[in-house]
Amino acid sequence: MGELAGHLALGFSTAFSIENLALCLVGCLVGTLVGVLPGVGPIATIAMLLPLTFQVEPTGALIMLAGIYYGAQYGGSTTAILINIPGEATSVVTTLDGHQMARRGQAGVALGVAALSSFFAGTVATVVIAALGAPLTKVALLFGPAEYFSLMVLGLGLAVVLARGSVIKAIAMILVGLLFSTVGTDLETGQERMTLGLPALSDGVDFAVLAMGLFGFAEILRNLDNPEARAVVKGSIGRLLPSLDDVKRCIGPVLRGTGLGAALGILPGNGAVLGPFASYTLEKKIADDPKRFGHGAIEGVAGPESANNAGAQTAFIPLLTLGIPPNAVMALMVGALTIHGVIPGPQVMTKHASLFWGMVASMWIGNLMLLVINLPLIGLWVRLLKVPYRLMFPAILVFCCIGIYSVNNTPADVMLTAFFGGFGYILYRFGFEPAPLLLGFVLGRLMEEKLRQALVISRGNLMVFVERPVSAVLLALAAVILVIAVLPAMRARREKAFQE
Amino acid sequence: MLKKTFVGAVAALALWAGGAFAQAFPTKPVTVIVPFAAGGPTDVIARIVGEHMSKTLGQQLVIENVVGAGGTTGITRGAQATADGHTIMMGHMGTHGAAPAMYPNLKYDPTKDFAPIGLAAGTPILIVAKKDFQPKDLKEFVAYVKANATKINEAHAGIASVSHTTCLMLQHQLGVKLTEVAYRGTGPALNDLVGGQVDIMCDQIVNLVEQIKGGQIKAYAVATPERSPALPDVPTTKEAGLPDYQVSAWNALFAPKGTPAPVVAKLSDALSKALDDPATRKRLLDLGGVIPEGQQRGGTYLGTFVAQEVARWTPIIKAAGVVGQ
Repeated sequence: MGELAGHLALGFSTAFSIENLALCLVGCLVGTLVGVLPGVGPIATIAMLLPLTFQVEPTGALIMLAGIYYGAQYGGSTTAILINIPGEATSVVTTLDGHQMARRGQAGVALGVAALSSFFAGTVATVVIAALGAPLTKVALLFGPAEYFSLMVLGLGLAVVLARGSVIKAIAMILVGLLFSTVGTDLETGQERMTLGLPALSDGVDFAVLAMGLFGFAEILRNLDNPEARAVVKGSIGRLLPSLDDVKRCIGPVLRGTGLGAALGILPGNGAVLGPFASYTLEKKIADDPKRFGHGAIEGVAGPESANNAGAQTAFIPLLTLGIPPNAVMALMVGALTIHGVIPGPQVMTKHASLFWGMVASMWIGNLMLLVINLPLIGLWVRLLKVPYRLMFPAILVFCCIGIYSVNNTPADVMLTAFFGGFGYILYRFGFEPAPLLLGFVLGRLMEEKLRQALVISRGNLMVFVERPVSAVLLALAAVILVIAVLPAMRARREKAFQE
Repeated sequence: MLKKTFVGAVAALALWAGGAFAQAFPTKPVTVIVPFAAGGPTDVIARIVGEHMSKTLGQQLVIENVVGAGGTTGITRGAQATADGHTIMMGHMGTHGAAPAMYPNLKYDPTKDFAPIGLAAGTPILIVAKKDFQPKDLKEFVAYVKANATKINEAHAGIASVSHTTCLMLQHQLGVKLTEVAYRGTGPALNDLVGGQVDIMCDQIVNLVEQIKGGQIKAYAVATPERSPALPDVPTTKEAGLPDYQVSAWNALFAPKGTPAPVVAKLSDALSKALDDPATRKRLLDLGGVIPEGQQRGGTYLGTFVAQEVARWTPIIKAAGVVGQ
């Protein structure tokens, strides 16, 4: 414990230098902005800002870039709640109940709960990184392709539970999502699949393109279609901060969400995306009245938001302890460090102790800064909702387009987003929900990849998924979840049939 | 006579105009298309040399990452850009060596559609394995791989990636066909190598150096004529008994075909100055890079080199039967 205190002291002394504090603040501010702007993601921003970091120390550079990353997680929830457009992949879940809260005049409460639960989760995750980073790395290495595949199957189980309405429709949406994820160049053979010969599709559909289309563009079409629903907050804005009662209701979800998010964040291959989905599912399942979920349940914001932030931060563990980036943003961080002559690896903790601990300490400082930045901003954000929609929607559209373009620097992506916007609108008209589709899409790509890797390694032996204990346990869990999810629906139908 | 004078005058005028153009160049920021993700080795090298070239040229070099199809998407776009030197691109071993054999529908010809500017830094290829892989040294490795070819799993970062093609070359030379496990990028592949899920991998030194130093994976040899200062204990393939396996992931700047020669010369000169700058050199060497020296600099050498590389890779890729689209 004394060792940990010493390390943290070193970290805080590094992070508290004027320069590093300033860089942390800049990172958090830019991150918040990037998160709020729909479409513009942290990857494009960090890539754009990389040249700026040439002039600063590697520690300062990393602190700033990390600030952008977790700042974007904060900001991403703001648009999800206010205008039903997830700023980041991980805030898709927040749209479900967060935006419903906003519609009921509780935008301020939703934003406040999101900020507070993110801060709590961020604090816990910082401690987890500092105290348990090294041992947890071993857990991450236990996850080979077979285990990862089984985890994804479990994730699909979660997708079913996610649905607000009909289970059949949810399953249909998941399947469509899976289908979309198979577009693009085949990983093992290099052959193109379902690309219609379009070069823009040769690397598959980008998540940002799909999400911005299905949520962003479709939401606008939907609002233009239906003038009444447009005015999100017509009369009272309501309280800006959550009441004591709200906070009490959130304690459980926040604790569970933090745990789930932190655990999933450590896994390689962007496990953090699963965190909010898992947390939402858990809260919905254990709630006294699951019907409230999807209609503005505060627990449905608090849990996923804390999972989101905890996962975003524990995703640094494989980077800092193994030197292996678990997702695209982290890969960019590796590049930034490499430019500075620090190649991250297993020895970074000892060889660059002040960098490592300075970074960890700055995460907590950054989270505090974000809370301080975000709480006063809530009033401003909520007032934004009073901007007439005829002014708001062109602005949203423009920002979406800029954001989408910046992801890959390809105009075709913007067209594709428009296509998915139209598709999303049709889905809405027929009562299908886009959230399960997105989850199916995210999981599908990883699932196929891991399934094929596992089967190539086992030379086609399917038993590998049940012979490996971790994988077997995950598959069993998935089966249980599916049964729990599908049974009530089947029972309801049977009862209906009997009544007739 | 008159005709000769006329031709001479036109030529002089053209030279003068070209010279004036070169003096004016660059009139705005120069876009460097990097056909790979930001943060990867090619991107990092482009940013390091680009920073110094900006100082020489007096205009910012802006990196634009256009990813896809093993880097050929970005190079295709670069090849079709306005040929005035304000759009150039960083090609590499894959896009300008292995790609023609791998992509039958490739929209550019590496030997014809570019005005070569010069080689930037390359990164040596290492042969590595999970830490408890049986063979002790490269000789044993070769024998073991030949005897157990059907059992070995080789990881690579995706079709047409450096780790894929360089390991195809290794298999070609050893006369074996290993089971290849494809990953999306170096990170996940390395993760499974460290975790012992797969057995071996070939990749650029910068991606592996710290994991080797940390003892999480083991290195058998570096495929360059000399040992790398970043890993002085790792023998070369020549020392360790596989002298024909010589490969490094080179990176080079190209302008689109038709870019005026004086502009190309100016870019080439700026690149060479960057490669002479002590601070830039240190950065490149820190990441295990190999810097081209003397006659390896400049566009003429690069032009010949690209032709050699295409000739070298074509039979290897064809033999492996890998076809992208």
